[in-house]
Amino acid sequence: MAARIGWNDMIQGISQGKARVSSHRRRDAFPPNWPMRLVLVALATYVIYATTVIDLSWSRFVIGLDQGARFIARMLPPNMAGDKLDLLFNGMLESLQIAIIATIVGVVLSLPLGLAAARNLSPWPLAWMARTLVVLFRTFHPVIVAILFVKAVGFGALAGMLALVVASVGFLAKLFAEATEEMSMKQVEGVRATGASFLSLVVMAVVPQVMSRFIGFSAYQLDSNLRNSALVGLVGGGGIGATLFTAFQRFDYDFVLTIVLSVIAVIMVGEILSGWMRRLFQ
Amino acid sequence: MEVPASGQPMSAGPNAAPSLVIRNLRKEYRAGEPVLKNVCFEVTGRGMTAIIGPSGTGKSTLIRCINRLVEPTAGEIVFLGRDLATLNRKELRMARRQIGMVFQEYNLVERLSVIENVLCGRLGFVPLWRTWSRRFPAGDIERAFQLLDAVGLSTFATQRADQLSGGQRQRVGIARALMQEPNLLLADEPTSSLDPKTSVEIMELIANRASERNIPVIVNIHNVALAKRFANRIIGMSKGEIVFDGPPTGLEDAHLVEIYGGEDWLE
Repeated sequence: MAARIGWNDMIQGISQGKARVSSHRRRDAFPPNWPMRLVLVALATYVIYATTVIDLSWSRFVIGLDQGARFIARMLPPNMAGDKLDLLFNGMLESLQIAIIATIVGVVLSLPLGLAAARNLSPWPLAWMARTLVVLFRTFHPVIVAILFVKAVGFGALAGMLALVVASVGFLAKLFAEATEEMSMKQVEGVRATGASFLSLVVMAVVPQVMSRFIGFSAYQLDSNLRNSALVGLVGGGGIGATLFTAFQRFDYDFVLTIVLSVIAVIMVGEILSGWMRRLFQ
Repeated sequence: MEVPASGQPMSAGPNAAPSLVIRNLRKEYRAGEPVLKNVCFEVTGRGMTAIIGPSGTGKSTLIRCINRLVEPTAGEIVFLGRDLATLNRKELRMARRQIGMVFQEYNLVERLSVIENVLCGRLGFVPLWRTWSRRFPAGDIERAFQLLDAVGLSTFATQRADQLSGGQRQRVGIARALMQEPNLLLADEPTSSLDPKTSVEIMELIANRASERNIPVIVNIHNVALAKRFANRIIGMSKGEIVFDGPPTGLEDAHLVEIYGGEDWLE
């Protein structure tokens, strides 16, 4: 009863615009977050400091603009000569092959690795080892991995493909494991109770739950490998990246533009295809 | 055709009544905090045994210890002459094949079709390649359809399980358990997620199918009236121990007070 009176008093107090600060300490719904404020101030200070250190001045920017204009002028019109288009076509084909093969090999390797890394299915020593391996694969950017493979197996498509396989496994195995950990264990329990073997359990209770997400991740990885296959070519991994690098070296900027435009086109088509694939298997 | 898994270890002989003996069963999820303390009971022949008791008293743990979905800490679970608690993985699978289980939330694989879910009851018997390629033996498929006929869901056979209502899903769950041709049926709160009318229908279905097969049923149930109506034996649990064990007619208000505590709710 006493509590109810107190409550009514408070409501009245608020409606009359006089909060009872004297008897109750005013309660703050949004307390100031001092650590966050300090971090933001520090960040702003650092950005200003860094700009002065690297000589980021307006005059330097204007010089850059001038250079850029000449660069663009030399790019136009894009070079569509027959021999150049042959180079473009071959490079692009190699990149597509690198991307597709790397994705397929990556998916095949990631399936067992991802399941082994899922802590709700595999015993902890195995899950721990699988997770360590996945982290190892994710440590370096594909370009650095590609440089390693170029040194290890020599220039060309093989090095690029291996680099993208590593990148794919690092990405897919981690996401496969996470999707598996998020599945419903009730459905697994229902199948386990029938006396199913572990592999039957995977086939009938795990795969149906995670399949559509796995396909989504794989389509996304194909998309990503298409883009990265141009990147690994720049460091000697073959494909369209190699063609692009050569064109830069020879100052064939008009051919560079042709390559850049066709890479954009291919990636857009890839994006549409992978989105369509994800929808299809939802 | 009721062909039990002939030639398999642990199948009941022609005269041996399926029986389950639980001795001194103990389960601790955290050491020193037992959820089940020294549970002993025996189930022989046929008929339904209902386990009642307040939430969190270890009923689900008890029923899951029987087929070791939960590992018991100590004690014996003797089923058809073997102690399930000591079996290795392979032997445990062989034992699980003979124990059908029905769950509170049905535990169907939602993205599989109804008939695939029913056929899951054969996973302990069918080799992996047949499962993978969905080439189940013709006899199994025929039997799965018969079971769907029996639970009134044949027209839904190729629909995905997540398109069914709760009552329909539980019927599929029962069909899956029966597909194993079990010698014992476990049911963990099979009606708790269902409306009163469907609950009665599901209990009837379980009781009838089990008595047709001549196998015992052990069912966890919150609804005392349903338990009294369908079971021929009631086990009352409280705080991890059995405090009542007898026929439904012997279950009086005094027992319910002992099981659930308090008495205001009885009026």
